[in-house]
Amino acid sequence: MAEPKTKYDRQLRIWGEQGQAALEKASICLLNCGPTGSETLKNLVLGGVGSITVIDGSKVEAGDLGNNFMLDESCLGQSKAKCVCSFLQELNDAVKAKFIEEYPGELIETNPSFFSQFTLVVATQLVESSMLKLDRICRDANVKLIFARSYGLTGLVRISVKEHTVVDSKPDHFLDDLRLNNPWPELKQFAESIDLKALDPVAHKHIPYVVILVKMAEEWAKAHGGSLPSTRDEKKAFKDLLKAGMLAFDEDNFKEAVEASFKVFAPLGISPDLQQIINDSCTEVHSNSSNFWVLVAALKEFVANEGGGEAPLEGSIPDMTSSTELYVNLQKIYQAKAEADFLVIEQRARNILKGIGKDLDSIPKTMIKSFCKNARKLKVCRYRSIEDEFNNPSLSELQKYLTDEECSIAMGFYILLRAADRFAANYNSFPGQFEGAMDEDISRLKTTAVGLLSDLGCNGSILTEDLINEMCRFGASELHAVAAFIGGIASQEVIKLITEQFVPMSGTFIFNGIDQKSQLLVL
Amino acid sequence: MADSTTNQPSRTRDLDKLLLRPGNLVAPIFDPGAQLRDDIGEYARILVVGAGGLGCELLKDLALSGFKNLEVIDMDRIEVTNLNRQFLFRLEDVGKPKAEVAAKRVMERVSGVNIVPHFCRIEDKEIEFYNDFSIIVLGLDSIEARSYINAVACSFLEYDSNDNPIEETVKPMVDGGTEGFKGHARIIMPGSTPCFECTIWLFPPQVKFPLCTLAETPRTPAHCIEYAHLIKWDEVHSGKSFDPDEPEHMKWVYTEAVKRAELFGIQGVTYSLTQGVVKNIIPAIASTNAIVSAACALETLKLVSGCSKTLSNYLTYNGVEGLHVKVTEFVRDKDCLVCGPGVLVELDTTVTLQKFIDILEEHPTLLLSKASVTHRGKNLYMQAPPVLEEMTRSNLKLPLFELMGKVSKDVVHVTGSTTKNDQKTSCLRKLRIAFKGVDGMTDTDMAGGA
Ligand SMILES: [Zn+2]
Repeated sequence: MAEPKTKYDRQLRIWGEQGQAALEKASICLLNCGPTGSETLKNLVLGGVGSITVIDGSKVEAGDLGNNFMLDESCLGQSKAKCVCSFLQELNDAVKAKFIEEYPGELIETNPSFFSQFTLVVATQLVESSMLKLDRICRDANVKLIFARSYGLTGLVRISVKEHTVVDSKPDHFLDDLRLNNPWPELKQFAESIDLKALDPVAHKHIPYVVILVKMAEEWAKAHGGSLPSTRDEKKAFKDLLKAGMLAFDEDNFKEAVEASFKVFAPLGISPDLQQIINDSCTEVHSNSSNFWVLVAALKEFVANEGGGEAPLEGSIPDMTSSTELYVNLQKIYQAKAEADFLVIEQRARNILKGIGKDLDSIPKTMIKSFCKNARKLKVCRYRSIEDEFNNPSLSELQKYLTDEECSIAMGFYILLRAADRFAANYNSFPGQFEGAMDEDISRLKTTAVGLLSDLGCNGSILTEDLINEMCRFGASELHAVAAFIGGIASQEVIKLITEQFVPMSGTFIFNGIDQKSQLLVL
Repeated sequence: MADSTTNQPSRTRDLDKLLLRPGNLVAPIFDPGAQLRDDIGEYARILVVGAGGLGCELLKDLALSGFKNLEVIDMDRIEVTNLNRQFLFRLEDVGKPKAEVAAKRVMERVSGVNIVPHFCRIEDKEIEFYNDFSIIVLGLDSIEARSYINAVACSFLEYDSNDNPIEETVKPMVDGGTEGFKGHARIIMPGSTPCFECTIWLFPPQVKFPLCTLAETPRTPAHCIEYAHLIKWDEVHSGKSFDPDEPEHMKWVYTEAVKRAELFGIQGVTYSLTQGVVKNIIPAIASTNAIVSAACALETLKLVSGCSKTLSNYLTYNGVEGLHVKVTEFVRDKDCLVCGPGVLVELDTTVTLQKFIDILEEHPTLLLSKASVTHRGKNLYMQAPPVLEEMTRSNLKLPLFELMGKVSKDVVHVTGSTTKNDQKTSCLRKLRIAFKGVDGMTDTDMAGGA
């Protein structure tokens, strides 16, 4: 019975067998299993992560039943970690679920080496002092870390890893790699072998636009001293030339050629983003370099030598109006060039590995293949340490966010979430957590926030009274809908970090539950 | 199930902060206090349309947001491929109605919540069924179903003589949708924010392959699959229609697609791709559904309680490259057939119901065939089910003027089918009927008519 695979069918269509295998190997640690933590894990257990370890020292109270779906009446008075763990296990028996009844704050203090066994730690509802310590621990142990917090109608999600590299970033809209601005000899020959004027009308309207454009660009270059259209007038003239080549108005291939003509005008060479990755100091590889950086080093050599300024060819072509035969032949020409480029990169990578004293087969062929196919889409994400951000946030960004109308509420919440932790450290409760001291808490929170802002170098920046009042009203509550939102985002980012596909978020995500204008703040 | 009164206050520990305390960034209707919390539990009635990926999340989120009277409608049964995200279902539930299992699971977990399941098509319910709810929350994956519920909710909307929407007739909707790592949540207040039809361009119709490409110049694996599915099947199985849920049918299409791909030298036909193309499978994961549903549930709570501002009016989420959350304020289409005051149809008092139905078929902006007609909740003529058809058939030869109680003008609701993007779809339209030459009619009433 093919049940396990069928169960994951809808997600396999997104991250494939490879992504699923990575998930099934991952061990996830959750700190605090309130609704934010429980909802994060729920989404990951459904997706089939390898194992989860739930850490929480508290007992279930009546209030927990009102915001956490992974608890019910029968759990009252019992270990929250144990109860949540057993409900999560019900969702997917392929996942190994464990729990430890201990307060995360204490574990961070007393047993830092505990965390090194995990692939990734999801730390929910931690206060600033614990965040700082855990961040240091996980960075030293190379364990991926995500913070998630729900607080009234606000909350945050923050990834903290030193470096995350992505080969298969799966961007939504990415220009295909046809090289119409710089065709290689085999593609040119193929185009030359077709004489448009000698064709009958049926054959004529089944010539793929790639061929039409390569021929037309060649013709243009001959008449213009070897250069392609660059000015607006030239581009227009080029398109007119294309239109003039039509035999009839219903020739879809020519219409496609006109629409795709910008690919002929595109600048040569690699994108600034890729250039930046190639220029990274990590390309000076050594025995501890990751496979990713070894391959980037090989890519760098390729671009400077065989590639003539270009990355290896991707090798696939989009569907286009064409006869089957010409399309399949064209496909083969692109595949052959991609294969040739791959072999060069592979050879260069093996040489580099030799040079740094590593096993020549330490990078599997499939990985090099995938690297070449995705070379134009590589991503490198680096995250500041929490300590760095908290002590030295980018002042110019901070000022910008505070004054920007779209961001000011989110920025206000960022400051107030930190101020609430300072408040809690000083007064042993969160602002507005208990009834009766609202007015006092409001003025204390305001003083704390102003103090924090001035510590950050933002003198005179004033948060609105309304926002400070709201923050006190929230009283550190964990609303289920907010927790489900924050947990959803956190789990999505976990999946990206583990599958090494897609691009994880940068900066700190601040949830704005007032008007839903949430923001990413990069500080 | 019994909730002891002693732990009742602390169960709402977190929600109480939001509902019992006064706030500064709240809606004008917000009246904080224990009464508000209790009223939400007692009086707010929420309908969740769809018990799939979004519906399961919505039921959980709403049940834990203070709502105690929920209903859910879904015609589907549970399938194995639902289990990676529809967390209320287990392997042993496969084959059971989604609505029933979802309702049961949430009630088992959250005490004090009552959820009524409806295992049927949304069109099977009388229109008045939908009028019974404070808010309708949509967790659907089909444009047609959204369009139908939207038309139903908008049909309740009445306008005053100045063409302003009458507040008591506004039926708010909260709509969510997801696809892979992307999704949206929106609030529809018929008459003031755009309805689903006002912004239908946000949902472009799916592009189909031209038949000549499939038949003559296939190039991609999908072309081979669609050839087997749309052309070859009919050639070989004369008269027997293809059933995508029949594994034998799917295997046949796959085998034929492989043969065709080999013939043309095309690579990449797999069984999984065959299923994806034939069933138009939209990839779906737990996290996106969780995010979108949570946003919808929170907005529902805010709409009902006023405890904060509300989304205005369309939220998009995209987690493919980084994280993009964006709010867009779309505007209403003033000429919208669905959420506007309704198309004006001018009739002689002698026009029979049958003649009226014929007129609708020819009407240039409506083109509505097989019409069923209701007036103020009363069925004038129903095409189906047969029992109702028989009961209402005799009305066909009576003048509509008499059937509507000899008023000079009034609103009728008509359901039927219309053609959109070359496809028949069921639709509901609100029509303003005005009878010529009857007291109360003036020329100005006719201004800007149909
Ligand atoms: Zn509308």
